[in-house]
Amino acid sequence: MSFEKFLFYLLAAILVGSALMVITRKNPVHSALFLVLAFFNMAGIWILAEAEFLAIALVLVYVGAVMVLFLFVIMMLDIDLATVRAGFVKHLPLGIVVAALMLAEMVMVLGPRHFGLDKYAAPEAAPADYNNTAELGLSLFTQHLYALEIAAVILLVAMIAAISLTLRKRPGTKRQNVAAQHMVKKKDRLKIIKMTAEEKG
Amino acid sequence: MISLSEYLILGALLFVISIAGIFINRKNLIVLLMCVELMLLAVNINFVAFSHFLGDVTGQVFVFFILTVAAAEAAIGLAILIVLFRNRRTIDVDDLDTMKG
Repeated sequence: MSFEKFLFYLLAAILVGSALMVITRKNPVHSALFLVLAFFNMAGIWILAEAEFLAIALVLVYVGAVMVLFLFVIMMLDIDLATVRAGFVKHLPLGIVVAALMLAEMVMVLGPRHFGLDKYAAPEAAPADYNNTAELGLSLFTQHLYALEIAAVILLVAMIAAISLTLRKRPGTKRQNVAAQHMVKKKDRLKIIKMTAEEKG
Repeated sequence: MISLSEYLILGALLFVISIAGIFINRKNLIVLLMCVELMLLAVNINFVAFSHFLGDVTGQVFVFFILTVAAAEAAIGLAILIVLFRNRRTIDVDDLDTMKG
């Protein structure tokens, strides 16, 4: 077994193991951290498949942004851990049956008989001066420019939607009204009272 | 050498794990969202593997767009989750039956 293959199986085993941990852990924080591990291993597998830019993008975008967002939300909500586990065992058999059926069907289609090395020969390793990022960028900014613009608009819409969904006006909060503060005149605030001096007694 | 079917079966394995996760985590909407992320990842490995074996960079461009849409989906999904928790004090899927006829 070549080192490349050994590396692939190691990364795949950790990936599948951490995916199983994601769906079975009691605490959602643990699930999120195992999902981070899964993303890291998937990035390693993508580097084996010579998709270096996407591997780094996966680590940056998912581990750096999306999973941090998940962790923030988990810690912001105070979830009762006892109630979220109810019904876990009840749905487990159905889940396993459906998953096993789908896996058996997919393995029959995707097995080595149809997608083995004799059908799709392993490509030769890219030459040393091959630049995956430049290649991807060239395709992205020439052939797929319109789709790229749409993706940019989708991100903008998502940002605005997320902000406007979670924005709320809280009644009763005390905050400064700067304009009102500047409009104040001396006579509005200050009251001068004439009174006789008190005798020392 | 790693064959194409190994990549594809790994993707299938991840996909069915996340489907099983959606079945068993009915009480926790956050884990459901994580399962959706895992499912998108399982789809992406197919694109990367075919792009590698067919020598066409377009598959990787597709993965790029899927990553973009998945990030947007996660942001909006979590925002909806927060609004839901503020109003109902629960993230149980079974409690969200207001629209049921």
